[in-house]
Amino acid sequence: MSILNWTYLFVGLSFSLYLFIAWRVRVKDTRGFYVAGRDVPAYANGMATAADWMSAASFISMAGLISTMGYAGSVYLMGWTGGFVLLALCLAPYLRKLGHYTVPEFIGDRYESNIARVIAIICAVFISFTYVAGQMRGVGVVFSRFLNVDISTGVFIGMFIVFIYATLGGMKGITWTQVAQYWVLITAFLVPTIAISIQLTGHIVPSIGMGAMLIQPDVVGQTNFLLNALDGTLTDFGWHAYTEAFEGKWSKFNVFATALTLMVGTAGLPHVIVRFYTVKNVQAARWSAFWALLFISILYLSAPSLASFSRYYMIHTLNGSSSESLPNWFHSWEKTGLILWLDDGDGIVRYSGDNTNEIFRSGKLGSKELESIKENHQIWLASGASNGIDGRQLLLDKKLSGPDRDIIMLAAPEMASLSNWIIAFVAAGGLAAALSTASGLLLVISSSIANDLYYRTLNPKASQKNQLLVGRVTIAIAVVIAGYFGLNPPGFVGQVVAFAFGLASASFFPAILLGIFNQRVGTIPAICGMLSGISLTAYYIIHCVFLNGDRWTLGLIENGITPEAFGMIGMLVNFTIVILLTPFFSPPSDRIKAKIEAVRSPEV
Amino acid sequence: MSLLLFCWFFFSLGCGVLWADFLNQWTIPGTGFKLGFWFAQQGSILAFVIIVFIYAHLMNRVDKAESQSNSNA
Repeated sequence: MSILNWTYLFVGLSFSLYLFIAWRVRVKDTRGFYVAGRDVPAYANGMATAADWMSAASFISMAGLISTMGYAGSVYLMGWTGGFVLLALCLAPYLRKLGHYTVPEFIGDRYESNIARVIAIICAVFISFTYVAGQMRGVGVVFSRFLNVDISTGVFIGMFIVFIYATLGGMKGITWTQVAQYWVLITAFLVPTIAISIQLTGHIVPSIGMGAMLIQPDVVGQTNFLLNALDGTLTDFGWHAYTEAFEGKWSKFNVFATALTLMVGTAGLPHVIVRFYTVKNVQAARWSAFWALLFISILYLSAPSLASFSRYYMIHTLNGSSSESLPNWFHSWEKTGLILWLDDGDGIVRYSGDNTNEIFRSGKLGSKELESIKENHQIWLASGASNGIDGRQLLLDKKLSGPDRDIIMLAAPEMASLSNWIIAFVAAGGLAAALSTASGLLLVISSSIANDLYYRTLNPKASQKNQLLVGRVTIAIAVVIAGYFGLNPPGFVGQVVAFAFGLASASFFPAILLGIFNQRVGTIPAICGMLSGISLTAYYIIHCVFLNGDRWTLGLIENGITPEAFGMIGMLVNFTIVILLTPFFSPPSDRIKAKIEAVRSPEV
Repeated sequence: MSLLLFCWFFFSLGCGVLWADFLNQWTIPGTGFKLGFWFAQQGSILAFVIIVFIYAHLMNRVDKAESQSNSNA
């Protein structure tokens, strides 16, 4: 059977499974719709959280990011797992004990203010939309690469599936489909990774293989450690060494601040927090945080291994090949524009970190533009540099050197020469990752609007039936808007990730943490803190990313703060303002104080 | 709990970032991992899992003891 048929089979099977689950657990009340009736077992909730958390980006792009960044890629590994420690220790159990449905609800009740609630709603909706647009896009990309349909059709199919199971089953439907999606995505990730590990190092556990000896001896007949060999090859070809810490814009400060921002942002992301509302009790909330982290760590421990394996593999198979000896995966991915080769005239591929590099990607170039670059390059070659344009210089200036990072994961099964059905399975895995995250986010949008804005703020007398209807309608509208952004990405989808994490760490995290651990904090300081944290972070990111402004150095940091790292500053500003203002304003009411006291006992 | 939070900081941002270049002068015996690099890409994640496990275990035990002493009183 061909790859295409296998892919149809797997994608079809997995989609029917999701729909079947949604049908079995469809719900009739708001409790079921928002918090899955609060009867999800801890391990299942952990699995669902893991699937919810691991998005299309974790599945498709992260290994590639680490692969090109080397040591600096660790910020994603540490940031996206370390946040769960904060979440498990400081937030999840307490929030579960208070027994709300959503994060804005907690903020509104704790600070006894509808203004605080509305700010939280806006943040939650904004963060979720930026995220969900990326997921819808991810669905479209997987469809177009594996099933040869265009991206729009892919996005439509994805929208349709999410729409059905999210409106039918609410949180309950989403939770149980996410459990299924976790298994699909983790298997799809591990199989190729383990296969490459065995091929290169003979170890079945990728994390051990990464530190182990290569099976293949080098030219002098010596066997080397994979990482040493990789460091050596990379420096030979003009890159920095793979394991070398702090290079270029990734100074120690920026690595530190980015990792911390991602951690704190993770702990403050509404679609992750809301998962802990679905378990039976506080004890279960703690265990489900553990299960979630355990299930996530399986992928996050293997991803860096895959990253180093495929970097090594790619450099060694590409360099020195001629057009006849290029591996098969190169030809199949060349068609998608993720990787291309512009020769300098000697007929031998060179993939390096300096200006002799011949491997590029097409990025956002249109197919016509690309054709003309290739033609001009051919003329340039044939005429011996007197006519035409050197395409290599052109693409180098456009910052399109090296293959697209997504190829690391997408081509991994082919690099390991695995059979067709595994390649198809990876497609199903990518879809599972994107759909599970998208549905979790859509529910946050719907619950923020239907529960917090409509029921708690605008129409507190609404009946159960009425609320459910509003919830379903908002999900439907949200799916359509998300689909629209998936079809017409605003061009800055990559950069808005910085936004989502920066805002989550500058707004929710301090507000929730102080709300639980400081009884004295009243309404006004909390609102001021959130507003100043958000606006400063938003200002800096817009200033740097969209207006190309200079990076601030604050007189301390040599290369300036990267926008991704700025959430940490926003968070510190938020904390400082709240703590400075608190003594001057009235404390919260005794009722709230007593409630917080009760939530925190027993204390250790 | 503050001890656990200290461990969180120590293993990830400490060993993985702040002292990574210093720790990189050693490699883990028998492997190709430089120590700082290993903490950043593997060790920190393992530490996180262990920290959350210990926390869940201890806190739930404290919870149980508390509810028992309440029902006895």
